[in-house]
Amino acid sequence: MIGILEDKDRIFTNLYGLHDWGLEGAKARGVWNATADMLSQTPEWICDQIKASGLRGRGGAGFATGLKWTFMPKQMGERPHYLVVNADESEPGTCKDREIMRNDPHRLIEGCLVASYAIRAHDCFIYIRGEYVLERERLEAALIQAAEARLIGKDNIHGWDFNVRVTHGGGAYICGDEMALLESLEGKKGQPRLKPPFPAGAGVYGCPTTVNNVESIAVAPEILRRGAEWFLGFGRSKNSGTKLMSASGHVNKPCVVEEAMSIPLRQLVEDHFGGVRGGWGNLKAIIPGGSSVRMIPAEECEVALMDFDDLASRKSGLGTAAMIVMDKDCDIVAAIARLSYFYKHESCGQCTPCREGTGWMWRIMERMVTGEAEPKEIDMLLDVASQVEGHTICGLGDAAAWPIQGLFRHFRPEIEQRIANYRTRRANVPGATLIAAE
Amino acid sequence: MSVRRLAKDQPASFAFAPELSDQVQWWIAKFPAGRQQSAVIPLLWLVQKQEGWVCEPALRVVAEVLFMPVIRVLEIATFYTMFQLSPVGTVAHVQLCGTTPCMLRGANDLKAVLRARIGAKDHCSTDGRFSWEEVECLGACANAPMAAINDYYHEDLSPESLGVILDGFASGHPPAPGSAIGRQGSAPAGEPLTLTDPALYDGSRARPLGGLPNAVAAAQ
Repeated sequence: MIGILEDKDRIFTNLYGLHDWGLEGAKARGVWNATADMLSQTPEWICDQIKASGLRGRGGAGFATGLKWTFMPKQMGERPHYLVVNADESEPGTCKDREIMRNDPHRLIEGCLVASYAIRAHDCFIYIRGEYVLERERLEAALIQAAEARLIGKDNIHGWDFNVRVTHGGGAYICGDEMALLESLEGKKGQPRLKPPFPAGAGVYGCPTTVNNVESIAVAPEILRRGAEWFLGFGRSKNSGTKLMSASGHVNKPCVVEEAMSIPLRQLVEDHFGGVRGGWGNLKAIIPGGSSVRMIPAEECEVALMDFDDLASRKSGLGTAAMIVMDKDCDIVAAIARLSYFYKHESCGQCTPCREGTGWMWRIMERMVTGEAEPKEIDMLLDVASQVEGHTICGLGDAAAWPIQGLFRHFRPEIEQRIANYRTRRANVPGATLIAAE
Repeated sequence: MSVRRLAKDQPASFAFAPELSDQVQWWIAKFPAGRQQSAVIPLLWLVQKQEGWVCEPALRVVAEVLFMPVIRVLEIATFYTMFQLSPVGTVAHVQLCGTTPCMLRGANDLKAVLRARIGAKDHCSTDGRFSWEEVECLGACANAPMAAINDYYHEDLSPESLGVILDGFASGHPPAPGSAIGRQGSAPAGEPLTLTDPALYDGSRARPLGGLPNAVAAAQ
């Protein structure tokens, strides 16, 4: 067998778009099955089941989804409740929510209904990134189908008035942060708000709001249909369930695949992604969770497991489980420098450490690529990174610092060598002869 | 941050085309009463669809429609990088993803193709029909390298296939978006290795469940 998850346990059965994405096809695959039963239970029951399943948020941070839902007020007050689905998938390496939205949109819509009921919301916004034009068209078309079948909308057959609307962003990575997303949804610049107040207290339009990733929402109904124990059966304790994982970079067959959590990283790469280009021995490092985590070198890839806790213990993270694979032929410093440029480009400019720091880090990294840097600049760069990390409102500052820290943690001698080589080639650099003599 | 400023040469006026007015109202109606400001990004997107780019008079029109100060609309237009602040190619505007996952798979070679065929980035070609820019991750990394041409994704590109696609646009027969090597979505090249069990698609999943696991009887 390939991987460790069997086909019968896969949730996203139309991941590759080989089958009908529309309502009829989705229903044949089990979507919208027993949804009315779910809504005949209490919202507390749904939250308890999701909590019992151990589902952790699939957007990267890994916060328990069921617990997040219980933060919403228990009674509807004067302010309406909102569910906001974060479909602003912009993390480099990540392309999983896109497959859900274009190939299985009804699974997402059903999830929106169930989650909205669990948090006592009648309104839901799906905030999709602006570049996903095809995916947005699919979602809008699926919404029309669902409304015509009276699955959603006012006076629908489930007995819970439910209005879901798709809106889109303008190509800003920062809007993937939930607080920035809410600002953007209100028609402002996507600059994250300070917490507290948390969204469950005052979110979009100052109303109680829950923000969840597309995948977290889309798996919820299937968990209820099959039971929390079924979902808990995959992966290690506290890392349960199945997860969409993907690979990009130097693998033979990059793709998106649903696998059980805690699958050994090497097995995932070898079984699903066709192995590393040039064989496993040619592997240099993997960034396992979208760009915003520290890389792990080949030796550790051998034993790492794809789950939150194992990767965190290796000073990396599961993030979105979208790995970027780099083999020995690639210039790993240039790859990280390009990420530094990405974070410089996407910083919203609100907090000074991030706005200025990302630019500094990028400029120093570019010199590291050519070797044109001073040896002492390595420590200066790490100092800047540590001063950006943890000193910003949102996580973008951390995300900008971590790839650089990961690079120097594992490959510092290589960069020092690069600087030395540059200096020996150019004898007019002060101290070049001394360095060459060492 | 990226520094973005409005273009020097601006048209004298802007008005939504009649066929777009319905869409403007449709977007405004999506949001609760009094919260029409939420529609500002979609409306600027409509402007860009109509004109190809976002011009200064359009900002004033959008501000008026949404009862917003013009400066707030200007903030939005300059903050969000998807909005083109100067004219782009009339036939095709290529947004090439240059972030690490695409770079590792050869985006830099594609840049050379675009530079040779269209010219410097962020500028229109001499005949004004083509333009290209390098954008940050477009979220199709399993199909890298890729470029969005006039909003739709062309994936799994090589210098040769990108050239063929550009030829198609130039001759008025743009190829369909999707994978240039015939991959089905984000499935692995060749046959999919998973989701091959026919039992998933025979309708057995749609059979009534006869109650949910762990359900509480007569909960409501």
